[in-house]
Amino acid sequence: MNSRYFLLIAVSIFLALIMALMPLPFSFDPFRPDWVLLVLMYWALAVPHRLNIGTAWVVGLLIDLATGSPLGINSLTYSICIFVTVSNFQKIRNFSIWQQAILVGLFLTLYHLMQFWLNHFLMDVYFNPQYLWPVVTGMLSWPWIFLLLRKYRRHFRIR
Amino acid sequence: MKLMFGRTISLQLRLFVAVVLSVMLIVGDRYTQGGTTVRTSLNTLVSPLLYLANLPYEVFSLGAKSLHTRDQLLTENEALKKKQLLQSEQLQQYQFLSKENQKLRALLGSSAKQSNRKIIAQVLSVHSNPYSHQVVINRGTIDGISEGQAVVDEMGVVGQLTKVGSTTSRVLLMTDTTHATPVRILRNDVRTVVEGIGKINSVKLSHVPHSLDVRIGDVLVTSGLGGTFPEGYPVAVVTEINRDEGRPFAQVYAEPIAQLDRIRLLVILWRNQQETISNE
Repeated sequence: MNSRYFLLIAVSIFLALIMALMPLPFSFDPFRPDWVLLVLMYWALAVPHRLNIGTAWVVGLLIDLATGSPLGINSLTYSICIFVTVSNFQKIRNFSIWQQAILVGLFLTLYHLMQFWLNHFLMDVYFNPQYLWPVVTGMLSWPWIFLLLRKYRRHFRIR
Repeated sequence: MKLMFGRTISLQLRLFVAVVLSVMLIVGDRYTQGGTTVRTSLNTLVSPLLYLANLPYEVFSLGAKSLHTRDQLLTENEALKKKQLLQSEQLQQYQFLSKENQKLRALLGSSAKQSNRKIIAQVLSVHSNPYSHQVVINRGTIDGISEGQAVVDEMGVVGQLTKVGSTTSRVLLMTDTTHATPVRILRNDVRTVVEGIGKINSVKLSHVPHSLDVRIGDVLVTSGLGGTFPEGYPVAVVTEINRDEGRPFAQVYAEPIAQLDRIRLLVILWRNQQETISNE
């Protein structure tokens, strides 16, 4: 039965990957939420014994390869974000959806600041407040992702 | 549900291992050469993902194409025919000039210029790292390309190849902060270097002395130094010169000639080499 759960979770992460890579009109592109990280966070909250830092690391590496960023940057930041989420999963589960959304926003801010810092260190990029738009859109899309994935999880009885 | 007990490895240890592995990857990626088998296979691993993500765009553009009206197609055809006529006229001139140039070079005793191999590539529209300027193309090691080759479009220089996989690869645009292009000013042959500043419509000339003869509107073409870009491809047009004597160098900005935010078809060039003369 273990492989069934693994497959179902992998399908959701795969769909998130496709959405993260899909072309968007030029003016919408800065607002794209971090779909993959949000989905990983959901699974880390719901089934922390199945999806953990190791998975986050591998998925982060895939994102690095697919978006052409220096290897290891997303692995590192995803691992840290999922670590923070998993180590507090029992507290976060008890919050209401909007409180969760605010917390997720905090984690996303942490993610984007670490991303920027690493990229600044490796490639000399300069800070642009535009880089933080995905935090806002990610926060706003968390309730929908949460409800959708909860339905998915309950329908397939992923435990 | 056994969530609290029976966890084999502690979270802290997992995080520690992940961080160590990531740092090793970052350092390894930074300080090793590209084009190795490991990297090519890693890049190949995500190629299907990129093609899949590009699929909706392809479907939409196919739909848009099939909705063209007859009139639109006829007008477009007419315009293209006119353009082709003009260009073939220029081509006749070009053949004559290139013959003449070869004769003159032979008279001067300097080496003859060879035309080099080239291949056309299409841009896959997928999302890339927001901190760098790059695009994905549908060519890879299967087509014989390799890292560091120059990429141009019908207007001018676009960038060079990085992260080559077997069926996809990435083009680092010349506006990226990590990219620099050796150029010379077409008007007076002064050599300089153009570097990206992370803006899609602006590049900067690096280390320009105040006394350098450069004017607004000057065309910059590749100088062929550095070995990546063949000589003579247009790169950028000078748009802004700020000769502030208080600064060590003059601030000169230029606008890329290729329209880097709307590229679709690209040409990949091979370096000038004896064994790759075979045109076509």
